Amino acid sequence: MSATQAPSPATEAEAPSRGIPVNLRPILVTIAIAAVVFFLAFLRTDGSGLILTQALVTGLLAGGVYGLVALGLTLIFGVLHIINFATGAFVTLGMYVTYVLSSNFGWNPYLTLIVSVPSLLLLGIVIQKFIINRAMGESHANTLLLTLGIGLLIENTLLLLFSGNPQSVRTSQDRVFNIFGAVATQSRVIAFIGAMVLALALYIMLQRTPIGTAIRAVASNPTGAKLVGINTKRIYIITFALGIACAGAAGTMVSPIVSITPVAGEVFNITAFVIVVLGGLGKVLGALFGGLIVGLAEQFGGILFPDQSNLLGVFIVFVLILFLRPQGLFSSGS
Amino acid sequence: MSPIVTVEHIGKSFKGLRALHDVSFTVEPGEVLGIIGPNGAGKTTLFNCMAGMFPPSTGTVHYEGQDVTGWSDARLARAGMVRTFQLMRPFGSMTVLENVAVAAAARGESEKEAEEEGWEILQRVGLSQYATRTSKDLPTAGLKRLELARALALHPRVLMLDEVLAGLVPTERQPVIDLLLSIRDEGATLLFVEHVMAAVMALSDRVLVLNQGEMLAFGTPEEVVANPDVIEAYLGDEVTDADAH
Repeated sequence: MSATQAPSPATEAEAPSRGIPVNLRPILVTIAIAAVVFFLAFLRTDGSGLILTQALVTGLLAGGVYGLVALGLTLIFGVLHIINFATGAFVTLGMYVTYVLSSNFGWNPYLTLIVSVPSLLLLGIVIQKFIINRAMGESHANTLLLTLGIGLLIENTLLLLFSGNPQSVRTSQDRVFNIFGAVATQSRVIAFIGAMVLALALYIMLQRTPIGTAIRAVASNPTGAKLVGINTKRIYIITFALGIACAGAAGTMVSPIVSITPVAGEVFNITAFVIVVLGGLGKVLGALFGGLIVGLAEQFGGILFPDQSNLLGVFIVFVLILFLRPQGLFSSGS
Repeated sequence: MSPIVTVEHIGKSFKGLRALHDVSFTVEPGEVLGIIGPNGAGKTTLFNCMAGMFPPSTGTVHYEGQDVTGWSDARLARAGMVRTFQLMRPFGSMTVLENVAVAAAARGESEKEAEEEGWEILQRVGLSQYATRTSKDLPTAGLKRLELARALALHPRVLMLDEVLAGLVPTERQPVIDLLLSIRDEGATLLFVEHVMAAVMALSDRVLVLNQGEMLAFGTPEEVVANPDVIEAYLGDEVTDADAH
């Protein structure tokens, strides 16, 4: 390492720009692709604006919740370098906490957040402290298989306790909002707003509190973090707990919308993973924007390819991202 | 006055490779101890054992009268025994100010207090004009200062510096040396591994010479440079290219 080398990253970034700032280009490409998709969908629906507006509204509302789940996944990846394959199972767990409290004790489903979030935080602390921390620093496959196993364990425990029959959480009355002619149920709007509020709270916590700063420090450079006296194992525990609490909170908030089964969270595993790759691994804001994009991709995929699974659109986005920009939309490096 | 750091019979082997063997010395409060030796002499291994990167295979380390052998690096850092690395470990995605504030916050300060202290320290090390830049944009000399600034935010009583002058051109060295002296004047004890001999001679109260994992000499700079073993092992063939690191 000498003083003469080490070119500043700023000059590197300027090199390939050709007029457009490099960090704007992926966003412009995204907008261009979105415009093409929108146009094709317009043709497909014979110019019915209402269907498009409805897809837009439904997609964005669902995308907010996806974003919250992905935020938990990306946070854990950014700090612990673990891909948490149990994410979907923790979403399911959140749903069942809500189901038990609201159907047995008559709680308002949204009120159950005050139980589902702390209980998942606690579960996260236990899992990280006694299970995953022991496998850290070994091969990535170890932690990956570990989370996969934890996910299976949770799903099957739920199957044992609640059987595979779909359950539902009833809200008192589901009002309907009219947004530019499109229909949005109250529970979907609440899920979206709740997810955004929680995501924002987490973001502020990461940016503005000592513990958040310590988390970002560990993500940025674990050795440096130890040097300044940060107990990295403790930060791993806190981060994992926060990450799965995001999943649990999302589970609670979608519980009035979905039919609750032990594998109901699995779809979140797939979407959250795609979102995290889309937004850039470890990027908090990337996860939120990625969530909205994937929510839209799901809806517009449904319009462009009717009779196919909604996930088709999500996977097309995934393949496009891997092909065009594997480092994610919001990352500068590779 | 009792020593602030006592190292007794410390040794470290890596799978049979003996990196450090039976090193013992004491450091008095407020002292500046220079540690020199040819490449591979075990200087960084010694630092790593003392600062808790890994436990020594044999021997003990006492800090302020307490046995701290096997303490983690983070725990020692919070206790005031702080080290820096030869290759800087900045939090690249965070601002320069945040880099320093995070260290103050790790000591238990609130975010606001930590930021205020971060500002003061940045002014002191001459980085305040870069406070809001991300640290990965800093040049090498700036990163060296940042590493020091971060260590200072921990209020070190023992500061262990691993080649803090390496990679700096001579004109950049003097301000860093002045800074180190001012830290010493405030009562901190300094241990530093260094290849820049002029700095070692100017700064050190005593010098420890390592060679092939063993102590070769320990004494005042004058005694050490006069020691024939040292001249042969280190100064004789290394002093000319000492700056190459």
